[in-house]
Amino acid sequence: MSDQTDDDDELWEAMADPTRRKLLDLLVARGQATATTLTADMPVSRQAISKHLLLLQRVGLIDSHRQGREVRYQVREQRLAEATGALSEVANRWDRRLRAIKHLAEQAHAAGRDAGANADGDHRAGEV
Amino acid sequence: MSTYTIERDIEIEAPVDIVWRTITEPEQIRTWFSDAVDLDARPGAVGTLTFRADTDDPHVVDITVVAAERPHRFSFRWCYPPGDHATAENSTLVTFTLTADGDTRTHLRVAETGLDQLDWPDDDKQKFVDEHGHGWQECGDRLQALFIAGRESSP
Repeated sequence: MSDQTDDDDELWEAMADPTRRKLLDLLVARGQATATTLTADMPVSRQAISKHLLLLQRVGLIDSHRQGREVRYQVREQRLAEATGALSEVANRWDRRLRAIKHLAEQAHAAGRDAGANADGDHRAGEV
Repeated sequence: MSTYTIERDIEIEAPVDIVWRTITEPEQIRTWFSDAVDLDARPGAVGTLTFRADTDDPHVVDITVVAAERPHRFSFRWCYPPGDHATAENSTLVTFTLTADGDTRTHLRVAETGLDQLDWPDDDKQKFVDEHGHGWQECGDRLQALFIAGRESSP
């Protein structure tokens, strides 16, 4: 890890935490929210929510602005899309591959059943 | 240090051994993964996956098998700099876990870990992303995500 910057690490840490991902989801769904309203939908304390929001803000994933006595948070969509886009594409590709594996294996299984007693002998052993 | 992991699952109506062969035999890997495969599913074996094999711009990716425990676990490292040895710092680890559910059903999980740890030298990362950009859809995406992360959060 020596060559990697602290900035990289911070962003990944921000994204890797399930509570923070949930917060981002809520913010995306609502557009804007305060720490208090977010706390109502999360199983953690307001204090913990505030800490998570601070971290998300530090890595640039969310913005805040003051409105009267409230601080409102919102997602920086461009930044979030950049940070997550490539990774969700990676996940999507694994989904497609799993579906292809499922299709192939189920076909092979069906063919084996149809072929009856010969099924096992027809496949290469694939020794490992 | 965070370890970003992608995990996906699927239920397959086939016995675990058939699923095992589907994910480890080169002639089958060709139909769900890369266009060409040179791989021996044996721990420590080094092979290649070739994507876009039928274009003017094929991409050959090195792959190193880590575990091949028939029929439950198959894992490999990839996305390390071409010509290097795979390590925990310069590659991601892909692990297939197969769990038999009776005689004719298999739960298959794939996990890819270390996406946050691709510690390529910045110059190599830059070069790879510049050369392959969005056209290169495998390791390129992983590097690109890191690259964007680094660029944006710099003051």
